[in-house]
Amino acid sequence: MIRITKRDGISSLLSVAIRVIAVIAALILCLIITFLFTGRDPLRVLSEMVGGSFGTSKRMWEFLQRTMILSCIAVGLAPAFKMHFWNVGAEGQMLMGGLGALILMKFCWVIPSLPLLILMALLAILFGAVWGMIPGFFKAKWNANETLFTLMMNYIAIQIVLYFCTIWEGTVGTVKIGIVNGEAGAPSYHKGWIGEMFTGNFNDKDFMWLVLIVLLVVVAMWAYLRYTKQGYEISVVGDSVNTAKYAGIRVNKVYVRSMAISGGVCGFAGFLAVSAVSRTLTDLTADGRGFTAIIIAWLAHTNPYLMLVFAALYTFMELAGKQMASAFQLNDYYSKILTGIVLFFVLGCEFFTNYKVHISKKHKGGAAK
Amino acid sequence: MKKLIALLLCLLLATAIFAGCSPSANSDFKVGVVLVGDENEGYTLAHINGIKEAAKALGLDETDNFVWKYAIGEDETCKTAIEDCIDQGCKLVFTNSYGHQDYAKLAAEQNPDVQIVAMTGDKAKASGLANYKNAFTEIYEARFVSGVVAGMKIAQLEEEGKLTAKNYAKDGTVKVGYVGAYPYAEVVSGYTAFFLGIRSVYENVSMQVLYTSSWFDITAEKAAAEQMIGDGCVIIGQHADSTGAPSACEAALNAGTTVYSVGYNIDMLTAAPNAALTSPTNEWGVYYTYAIGAAMNGEDIATNWAEGFDKDAVALTPLGPNAAPGTQEKVDEIIAALKDGSLHPFDQKAFTVGGKTVEEAFATDTDGDWNNDADNAMFDGYYHESYFQSAPAFNLRIDGITELN
Repeated sequence: MIRITKRDGISSLLSVAIRVIAVIAALILCLIITFLFTGRDPLRVLSEMVGGSFGTSKRMWEFLQRTMILSCIAVGLAPAFKMHFWNVGAEGQMLMGGLGALILMKFCWVIPSLPLLILMALLAILFGAVWGMIPGFFKAKWNANETLFTLMMNYIAIQIVLYFCTIWEGTVGTVKIGIVNGEAGAPSYHKGWIGEMFTGNFNDKDFMWLVLIVLLVVVAMWAYLRYTKQGYEISVVGDSVNTAKYAGIRVNKVYVRSMAISGGVCGFAGFLAVSAVSRTLTDLTADGRGFTAIIIAWLAHTNPYLMLVFAALYTFMELAGKQMASAFQLNDYYSKILTGIVLFFVLGCEFFTNYKVHISKKHKGGAAK
Repeated sequence: MKKLIALLLCLLLATAIFAGCSPSANSDFKVGVVLVGDENEGYTLAHINGIKEAAKALGLDETDNFVWKYAIGEDETCKTAIEDCIDQGCKLVFTNSYGHQDYAKLAAEQNPDVQIVAMTGDKAKASGLANYKNAFTEIYEARFVSGVVAGMKIAQLEEEGKLTAKNYAKDGTVKVGYVGAYPYAEVVSGYTAFFLGIRSVYENVSMQVLYTSSWFDITAEKAAAEQMIGDGCVIIGQHADSTGAPSACEAALNAGTTVYSVGYNIDMLTAAPNAALTSPTNEWGVYYTYAIGAAMNGEDIATNWAEGFDKDAVALTPLGPNAAPGTQEKVDEIIAALKDGSLHPFDQKAFTVGGKTVEEAFATDTDGDWNNDADNAMFDGYYHESYFQSAPAFNLRIDGITELN
């Protein structure tokens, strides 16, 4: 006999334990499935899985880089989600930010390195913030549905980026801008690349900056949400709009301001992706990560530190799947299946943190047929 | 519980059998393969098959001697993938998509002891790097021959009186349609060769080209083909990877419209059993066998490799049941002429631009403005395609062909 009751509250230790158990169970299931499909030694499967992220120093940097970009987008979603404003437009906000960064990188590379990078970051934040503020404004003014609005803004952003990819395309017909400032020997060489100040030429160690910067963003967002008046306003609006109104909070202002911050941080992620990672902009610069970040932000209950953890887990699974696909000659969908399994378990375990399951053996003998 | 143990034992036994079967490689040479798609996508499948063919010919094991990277985008992940192959001991790495080449070049710069080949790329020579290569088949030869197949079909249709007024343009030429991916040299070179092939056996034709802006888009290719069929085209050629155009032709043909299809890359007879005439194809195995073999023996790989029928690097798929009688004989004759060098698809006398014979046609872009400005390929009476670089460079819009978009 199985009975389910709602939990009144849950100790943080238990909730962490449930999640860890879910992840471990998912990984074991992944191992079993891979073993059944490939017939390989499970230990070898496990080593490829872990090796995907930690096998070589290059893969470790790759793991860090992907984790950091994903965390940055998720952190950007935090203020919006905390006030129960469902911003699903991170994809577009990130792309617009990337576009802002690229414009300066491509056309204003004569500016000295450090100011150029700062300007790129600021323009990226501005572009992302504007892209986030538009739905915020419509929500505040006419109570427009923010989920649909932000979603649609993504497609507009993708088309805008494609438009610029077409007019700035490197090779006619490819609709690809190509690596910007990558021509060896030219005066523009490496300009606007974050790596230029570290190692320069698409080197793994370039990602050191990325890691440090995103960690700063994470801490800053945590402090903003927890210790500032604006952060408090966001939580009040999230809990109850009416309470906020009675308390004299101007809800509309909070919507627009928080969406500007949310979009701005996502735009900043676009700047990082362009300047620190790809050195170009394509319609795939965000590559669905704006949507993946929604899951990350939601799982982490808008806690920026937990976002780092879930982003790392997601990236680990993604790279593990890719490595297994490569090592065992399975195709790319395999990594998506494995990532899906882990997400299913992690999302599924939410049930156990909200409800308690009681199993009793009352009907001994009778029930077993 | 016993059942579970038995099941596990069975599984273990099964694995042991599989493990025992795998052939041991006779070389520790490792090759990295960075692919833009996977085996579900025709273009990449053709490369995978070519590499597996090469592995077989050279006695290499598909798993032990190769590192496979699937679904690698045309961005920095390409460089990461190449370097991961190198970390795993690869001394030779291929990338298979045009857009991979800039990242392949970066990887080549930073790893001078590894040979890196950007398939279908066009920047190896200009890079000046000793370990960075390009390769492409002379597919225009096969396209020319597929044009001959189409031309013979048109001649047959006219002789049998199956062409209607709609099939003729205002100037009295028979209409041919072509579904192209993008307006760049690779496609222009391909459709021009196809058109000249038709004209070599049937003079009175004109061709219209519709671009889909995608290498693989079944819906767009189908729509483009339908538009041109509606306009009265009797042949639909293509430089795009899907079965969209052939199936549109098949549907129209079965509905009573006279139209036939020439495909690309794969045999279209399953998609269009009646309408498909043939498809020009790349035989990538020829190149992969050459390049991997050379690298294994420590020999240099050609910087710009390009071969056609001469080395069996291109071919035609088997002719469809509705190809005109006598086509096979004609095809064999043309292929023989291409092989012995007595026939050149881009013969100077075979085409004009703006009513004039072309005296000068550049093949190389030196200043990066995407207009060819060096290396005149028009000499000895024909345009030397894939002569200065392996990727197609013929970029002239010749008389008789109209781009619709």
